[in-house]
Amino acid sequence: MTTEAPRARPSSPLDLFLSFTVLALQGFGGVLAVIQREMVDRKRWLTREEFIEDFAVAQIMPGPNVVNLALMIGDRYYGLRGALAALAGMLCLPLLLVLALAVLHAHYGAHPGVAGALRGMAAVSAGMLAATGIKLAAALSTHPLPAWMTLPLATLCVVFVVVLKLPLAYTLLILGGIGVALTYRQLKRTRP
Amino acid sequence: MIVTPLHIVLSLADWLSLFGHFMLLSLLSVGGAISTSSEMHRYLVEEHHWLTQTQFNDAIAIAQAAPGPNVLFVALMGWNVGLNAGSYVAAMAGVAVTMLGIMIPSTTLTYLAARWGHRNRELLGVRAFKQGMAPLVVGLMVSVGLILGSANHTWATDWPLWLISVVAGLLIWRTRVHLLWLLAAGALIGWFLPV
Repeated sequence: MTTEAPRARPSSPLDLFLSFTVLALQGFGGVLAVIQREMVDRKRWLTREEFIEDFAVAQIMPGPNVVNLALMIGDRYYGLRGALAALAGMLCLPLLLVLALAVLHAHYGAHPGVAGALRGMAAVSAGMLAATGIKLAAALSTHPLPAWMTLPLATLCVVFVVVLKLPLAYTLLILGGIGVALTYRQLKRTRP
Repeated sequence: MIVTPLHIVLSLADWLSLFGHFMLLSLLSVGGAISTSSEMHRYLVEEHHWLTQTQFNDAIAIAQAAPGPNVLFVALMGWNVGLNAGSYVAAMAGVAVTMLGIMIPSTTLTYLAARWGHRNRELLGVRAFKQGMAPLVVGLMVSVGLILGSANHTWATDWPLWLISVVAGLLIWRTRVHLLWLLAAGALIGWFLPV
């Protein structure tokens, strides 16, 4: 690492909009890694510590993490205007692109090759989502609760959603409520 | 004339119901909009029949293949619901209704909570909420993968797709290979698979 680099900041809401547009367009299969590289390593609008703290909040809140992060970064520099500029940058051009892709797909989707290609890509996505879940499960080993509590909660969640097909609200209220209550009790007990 | 696999009629009440449902899902989308996609599937495909299983899967696959936040799969679902209702105007309305629905509540909440959360990140309640939800985030991710994968339910002909899912999952789990390569490989293999 080099010595302390001068702190940079976006020059205007337009700069925020353009920066997040460019950033979003690099994010095939997820934007989070690109945000980290652009905001922390290249543009230096955030320190690594700020990035981690912001991401914790973006993670806690509902909504896509990366969209929440963009909103928070924009807000820090230009308030509501900045938040909206960053949000628009993140969504506008990618939205048009994805609709264009969908229209192309509607025209050529009947081709058996295209239909097959999409089925192949969906199969990859299915594997990726399950693998991401399994990867994240490794992070549960540092969870304040023991694995014999967290793993059954995660497994029950799969049973609720896949086997019982319960609406998500019930799953989040019941299992989430149990998880948060147990964690709260544990954190309180181990508090210095 | 737009050729769609479904022909539906949406009343104003239906549009409002769609909007309201996505606003509700927005509030529940801890861990990203994708974590609520099993609920979208239940609502759009199973309960209302506004979207076919294939359209649902394609929306996720296309958004995954395109650059940008994965939440754009929601826009594609709205787009297809609108197309099924018969026009490009309805499709645009579908995009607006689903995207505004999924974005407004969560972004408003995040905007209001960001500074508070930043100041109080050591607070017991904040930590308990974030960490207490962690097992569910894991479970939801696995669930979405299973639901997406189970669209290929005819084992005799669909086993290559299952194999693709398993191999892709293992590669993502154990290696740092870029998702783009895997999507490209999946597309290529899928192209030559008999349907």
